[in-house]
Amino acid sequence: MTDSPLNAPLIPRNRVIHPVPCDPDYKTSVTRSPNLPLQSMDSTPTEETGPRFGHALIGPLDNNLILNWTKGAAPAIGERILVHGRVMDQLRRPVAGTLVEIWQANAGGRYRHVKDGYLAPLDPSFGGCGRTLTDDEGRYQFLTIRPGAYPWPNRVNDWRPMHIHFSVFGQSFGQRLITQMYFEGDPLIHRCPIAHTIKSRAQLDRLVAPLDMAHARPHDFLAYRFDIVLRGRRQTMFENRPEGM
Amino acid sequence: MVQKLDWLDETPSQTAGPYVHIGCIPTFAGLAGIYPEDLGLSPIADGAEGEIITITGAVFDGTGWAIRDAMLESWQPDAQGLFTGQPGTDPKVSGFARFAADGESGEFSLRTVKPGPVALPGGGRQAPHVALWIVARGINIGLATRIYFEDEDNSADPLLARIEQRHRVRTLLAKRTAPGQYRFDIHLQGDNETVFLDL
Repeated sequence: MTDSPLNAPLIPRNRVIHPVPCDPDYKTSVTRSPNLPLQSMDSTPTEETGPRFGHALIGPLDNNLILNWTKGAAPAIGERILVHGRVMDQLRRPVAGTLVEIWQANAGGRYRHVKDGYLAPLDPSFGGCGRTLTDDEGRYQFLTIRPGAYPWPNRVNDWRPMHIHFSVFGQSFGQRLITQMYFEGDPLIHRCPIAHTIKSRAQLDRLVAPLDMAHARPHDFLAYRFDIVLRGRRQTMFENRPEGM
Repeated sequence: MVQKLDWLDETPSQTAGPYVHIGCIPTFAGLAGIYPEDLGLSPIADGAEGEIITITGAVFDGTGWAIRDAMLESWQPDAQGLFTGQPGTDPKVSGFARFAADGESGEFSLRTVKPGPVALPGGGRQAPHVALWIVARGINIGLATRIYFEDEDNSADPLLARIEQRHRVRTLLAKRTAPGQYRFDIHLQGDNETVFLDL
């Protein structure tokens, strides 16, 4: 499979499938969402190019959140899980060699961050971030622990469902995406104002990773599957024509 | 019924949340040692050709508060207007940087090389600019904008030309405050709301 050609325009983003920028149920979004319409235009070389990261960047434990904080000295506390999937574009082409970064709370629902003061204790054996490059077929995998749910300051009794944050680059800056993966069967998903900034139930369901017993390892870990789709490029024989034709 | 299309929707975005630093700039977040260093510390290496500049600013919410938890990414060409990956680029310019609003003041700072104008495949060119992508708690999908420069010729830039309300163009122009120093504030809402992009 070849890379998408440079200079082919990106398929315009369909904003309808994305969260609404301003949602009163997610209070912080009210003052942090633009009020005026976005200025739209076809993508340019600025959006059609992007940073690339090589294998030299990635350490051997970078995709193992159970071990990476202690460099293998002590495993993190929690339910061991494998999270894996494929990164592809809208035309189903694998996005190979792209950087995937994740971060998450520990098993008790606490982040290792100066601004997280939740009661649940830090796990001295868990940092909470990982990264990897996709392989030639766009596949990635992380070994981690199931993150805990936790309360957050929004309405009086709001709780985040178990989730893992994902950051993906793709091959061009215009494909840049940050999202969150949820877990099949978590009753908090449908009580979460952040999850419900996505107004289409079908689109929200695309962020819910199913339990994947075919990739679970007996007596070791369960597995969840999470595929990610980035913007594709328009590919017709009429692209790359001189302006005005 | 009609034939089915087989292409997919993009995966929906979700907010990066208040702890985006853990995943993207862990050393900044206090997780020093988990990686050798944070990604995108600088878009240039020593010896990059062109004028070295520093752009400082802050991201203001609709109440005028400089938000403390934003993370920004920048992407730009070298002084000749070429992006990494294109033939003939300056090997000292990666073009990519990550930086965060300061946790106390909200100020950010980007030290880079001033980009050159970018030739367009169909003819014409874009004025020198740095692409920005902004994420934070409360931002449900990353916000794209561009830093142009008030001391460059921006008259033929195709994107700036599309902005109907001409007084809003200035929201995309970095102000030169001293030799090599620029100021670029981002306003998420209000009278000076920055022009955000969908491209």
